[in-house]
Amino acid sequence: MEEVKVLGSWPSPYGFRVQWALELKGVEYEYVDKDLFNKSDMLLKYNPVHKKIPVLVHNGKPIAESVVILEYIEETWPQHPLLPKDPYERAMARFWINFLDNKDKVAPFVTFFIGLGEEHKKAAEEVKELLKIYEEQVLGEKKYFGGEEIGMLDLAMGWMAASFGVIEEIVDVRILDGETFPRLHAWIQNFRANPVIKNNLPDHD
Amino acid sequence: MADELVLLDFWHSPFAMRVRIALAEKGIEYESREEDLSNKSSLLLKMNPVYKQIPVLIHRGRPVCESLIIVEYIDEVWPHKSPLRLLPSSPYDKANAMFWADYVDKKIYPSGKLVWGATGEVQEAAKKEMIENLKELEGELGDKPYFGGESFGFTDVALIPFYTWFYALETCGDFSIIEECPKLVAWTKRCMQRESVSNSLPDQYKVYCFLLELKNKFEAK
Repeated sequence: MEEVKVLGSWPSPYGFRVQWALELKGVEYEYVDKDLFNKSDMLLKYNPVHKKIPVLVHNGKPIAESVVILEYIEETWPQHPLLPKDPYERAMARFWINFLDNKDKVAPFVTFFIGLGEEHKKAAEEVKELLKIYEEQVLGEKKYFGGEEIGMLDLAMGWMAASFGVIEEIVDVRILDGETFPRLHAWIQNFRANPVIKNNLPDHD
Repeated sequence: MADELVLLDFWHSPFAMRVRIALAEKGIEYESREEDLSNKSSLLLKMNPVYKQIPVLIHRGRPVCESLIIVEYIDEVWPHKSPLRLLPSSPYDKANAMFWADYVDKKIYPSGKLVWGATGEVQEAAKKEMIENLKELEGELGDKPYFGGESFGFTDVALIPFYTWFYALETCGDFSIIEECPKLVAWTKRCMQRESVSNSLPDQYKVYCFLLELKNKFEAK
């Protein structure tokens, strides 16, 4: 009897990736939410090095770092593959996940959300540039980043489908609209419509 | 088939060293092209338009970027049985290897840069952090001959290039790595006995001179 636990912290996108991966593969797991500001014993026990979520605990053995966890999930439960078979395509998917997670590429989105005035304006421009890259270079003509089916890169990008609209509402600035980014916009609709993802999206409120 | 594989290289880059070591471990022939990073080639700009950085492995005309992704790619395209397999086959051991390789990128590289590159309080803080990080790695190594266990593996490949920084770190930071982490230093010696490693790593003193030059260039700006 397998025991799978996910230590996450709502609404961390890194935690969502892990949950979506398990859900898509039909793996049963227990979700344990950790108060982000109250580093419990559990977190210190399972991720003593970085003390961060998400952590996957499989039969008592912890795995940390969302990308490492996703690769582990992929290897352990091969059904509904999230990575292509071809090594080059796999390398490309990994490259873009790495790009997406790069501090410098995350920062503009954060500043867009919490920044003010000039900072916010500059961040909005940077976000537009990044979205352009994702739309044209990464997604291209494909339905999903993974091709015909949702793949690992879709899960990594998933926070955009889940939360970016809400962020835009809060800051009252629209960037990701159907006219400027038609393909990304379509991808968001497709991603959100997937029955597994649909049941595991953070509430708008 | 050397014309199928080209590495856009830079002798002093620890990230490029990882790729050289991985290819050497597997006995794969390739052509190395040394880049002048102050005057990047059009090939580099074309093959890595996103970061414009080395290393880039060009395999049959297609570029693979980011050193750890390249090493993983090499391991997948040229799969060998242990001990030539760099990543373990068990998912948990593989995850562990990737976690610690990622640790090197997240911790050793940034704090190392500040130890040889910064001064004053920033340098002091970086030095403390670096020593903690090296000890943490030493803890992970334990009594194993390599991070990969009995065999030289992915995490070893990820970390050993930073051995070339040791002289610079000790000189700029004024501390002794062998005093702080004797087991880790023993591990570096063990790795250096491998031809794949000793042939891929430049001399520590030369790296020190190079890093000083780099530091002066930035200070001059």
